[in-house]
Amino acid sequence: MKRTRGLVLAGVCVVLGAFAYLLWGGIDGNIVYFLTPSELMAKGAESYDAPVRVGGMVQAGSVNWDKDKLELRFNVTDGQTVIPVYSKGAPPQMFQAGIGVVLEGKYQRSGVFHSNTLMVKHSNEYKPPAHGEKPADLYKNLPRGGQS
Amino acid sequence: MREIGYAAILVAFVLAVAGAVIAAVVTRRTGKPSPLARSITYAIAGLLSVSTLAMIIALVTNDFSVSYVAMVGSRATPVDIKIISLWSALEGSILFWGWVLSIYSAAVVYTQRRREDAAVGYATATLLGVSTFFLLLLAHPANPFALVNPVPPDGPGPNPLLQNHYLMAVHPPLLYLGYVGMTVPFAFAIGALASGKLDNDWSRSTRRWTVAAWTFLSAAIVAGMWWSYEVLGWGGYWAWDPVENASFMPWLTATAFIHSTMVEERRGMLKAWNVSLIVATFLLTLLGTFLTRSGVITSVHAFAEGPIGMYFLGFIAVALVFSLALLAGRAEALKTEARIDAIASRETTFLFNNLLLTVFTFTVLLGTLFPLVAEAVRGVKVSVGAPFFNRMTVPIIVALIFLMGVGPALPWRKAAPGELRRKTLAPMIAMVLAAIATLFFTRAPYVVLGYAFVAFALVTNVQEFVLGTRARMRALGENVAAALGRLMLANPRRYGGYLAHIGVLAMAFGVIGSSVYLTEREWTIRRGQSVAIGQYGLRYAETWGQEEPHRFVVGADLVVSKAGLMLDTLRPKMNFYTTQQQPIPTPAVRSTLKEDLYLTLMAFERDGSTVTVKAIIEPTVAWVWIGGLLVMLGGFFGLLAPTGSKRPRGPVPPRQAVAATPASYREPAYQREEEGAIP
Repeated sequence: MKRTRGLVLAGVCVVLGAFAYLLWGGIDGNIVYFLTPSELMAKGAESYDAPVRVGGMVQAGSVNWDKDKLELRFNVTDGQTVIPVYSKGAPPQMFQAGIGVVLEGKYQRSGVFHSNTLMVKHSNEYKPPAHGEKPADLYKNLPRGGQS
Repeated sequence: MREIGYAAILVAFVLAVAGAVIAAVVTRRTGKPSPLARSITYAIAGLLSVSTLAMIIALVTNDFSVSYVAMVGSRATPVDIKIISLWSALEGSILFWGWVLSIYSAAVVYTQRRREDAAVGYATATLLGVSTFFLLLLAHPANPFALVNPVPPDGPGPNPLLQNHYLMAVHPPLLYLGYVGMTVPFAFAIGALASGKLDNDWSRSTRRWTVAAWTFLSAAIVAGMWWSYEVLGWGGYWAWDPVENASFMPWLTATAFIHSTMVEERRGMLKAWNVSLIVATFLLTLLGTFLTRSGVITSVHAFAEGPIGMYFLGFIAVALVFSLALLAGRAEALKTEARIDAIASRETTFLFNNLLLTVFTFTVLLGTLFPLVAEAVRGVKVSVGAPFFNRMTVPIIVALIFLMGVGPALPWRKAAPGELRRKTLAPMIAMVLAAIATLFFTRAPYVVLGYAFVAFALVTNVQEFVLGTRARMRALGENVAAALGRLMLANPRRYGGYLAHIGVLAMAFGVIGSSVYLTEREWTIRRGQSVAIGQYGLRYAETWGQEEPHRFVVGADLVVSKAGLMLDTLRPKMNFYTTQQQPIPTPAVRSTLKEDLYLTLMAFERDGSTVTVKAIIEPTVAWVWIGGLLVMLGGFFGLLAPTGSKRPRGPVPPRQAVAATPASYREPAYQREEEGAIP
């Protein structure tokens, strides 16, 4: 009886100990800070190579999308600081100059932010499209209907 | 419709307040449940059915004077989607929640109507108390029937993300059935605490309700994963998003409860623990709703809303304090009746199962709340992403899979000498073989352990079916089908449980393959041009457009071939809803048991000359859905188990001392044969 309880208790301690050990390294190494471009620059040397989220606007006239190489380059800004961004893969449909974006990635020593996730910021509430372009313009040159 | 719907809510609210007070007072005075409170429970179910029906009629008939319809309705929306708009935003989903709760309450009160003990009376009071809270929300801060003046000519329609796939008609109702269902065992736990009748009667009489709620919640989680896979276009199904975590945490504690309640039935242990688990489950359903509905955490599919969060926080605090006070008051009566006899016993594995599931829940809670705490305390904005959750939970999951392979092989109390060895021989062989096979592909420790333990646990659980069937065939001369069928029906709870285990293992198998061996490519393809991924060739044929009443669709046709043979034409699409600028992708998937080919349309030229397509090869992902289906089947099969007074009869196995079996739950005869008679 005594021995059994001792063994069970030891097992419980092992599990909790392993958990505490994982937690110790887990939380600090795996949280991602959310910064503005200015805040990121203010960190100086610390800003390099650490995963971080950066939120800002896509600077007007800075967007360069190479659709064959699937490389997207643009500048993100908070009005004060401008950071060049490199991202691989097609951006979301709404991506355009002037829109708010949230980037997740690492700031490289080359001075370019390598983004591996690009999210376009739009409010949760959905609104009718803005004036100007009619949504139907998007596909007016395409053949109608599929065979399905 | 507006007046009828709102009047029904107000009357139901007054009745719920009165009913909760009457139920509590009458039970306290007479020691019996109050018949009046029972009638009130039925009346509330009737009133909320009227209210819900009124809302559905208002949605279908485009009555934009009703605030909720003005918010989510639109004339162009098809009728079926209008109906499911009931749960596409906050107010409607609270109405739906309240309605489901009222139906559950009425059904529970009805099934317990012949019982005369105080616990049922207090449980009724608790159910009505919880209803009061939701009716309060509906009466004021989340009133779906507010008047809109002037009446708008048309509305924006429901969130396109929710009307893009039929699974959205399935996932939310299942989730509510699961979430709300957890109120039932909670109410009976509170009833037991308040009445002081602390044998395991409360958990036994609500066992079916708990298992049903758990099954619905499991199904809801899997349906949500599937929806995410089919709609969101990133090829994944789980992102540790706060909304996902919100549904996962109560599932973890409910799973722990379903296991530990068996220990209480058999051995009279863990009483206080079981009550705590079910209280925690209930509170976590509320916390989940608070997190996702209050706007404190922004999530992919959270509805950002304001004031309702404080109501939830207040209610959580009240429920927590109330439950803890009751628990503390009954500490003496909750003492355990027995101790663990041996390490190699089923109760030990259940103990560790509970420990791991609790640690798991704590981890998910920590990761979900950490950003909130960090912002409040240190003023920094942080996010805790998948790397944290994966690092923390993968070891726990691996250990749980291992336990799934040990638990069913062990008997209660103490394993006879040689029994453990005999029952784990085949599973061990399977484990070693799986480990060796995996080592040909990878040295990653968690992958090897994961596959090895899945094989181990799979054989253990399948073995239970095989041994039981063989024992019946030998002892009773039945054929295979009859023996298996009768074996399972003789103890549905047990075999339903094993079936659910097998389902979880299939899911684990699918998750390992699809996350570790995923291949992803992205290209811009010219019309007529071909690209390759893995063994597949993709040729871009054309892009087309199609107009539908509430949206228009742009799709690309890609011809899929393998080794030169044409297999299929996949048509990933983008749906443009008139109410939203951002198009909703609709990936095209070619699914086989071996692997899925998953195509997402990322961008297209307006003349159709090129498209940008992302392709993912995801091995074994179909097993995640198959496993989910098995879990659901197992859960529903377990419902066939007799409850309450009807206990399985049968002689007591010789090993088991009668006096030490307080729950007087006995092993049916076949099990004795199976465990004792096989050499």
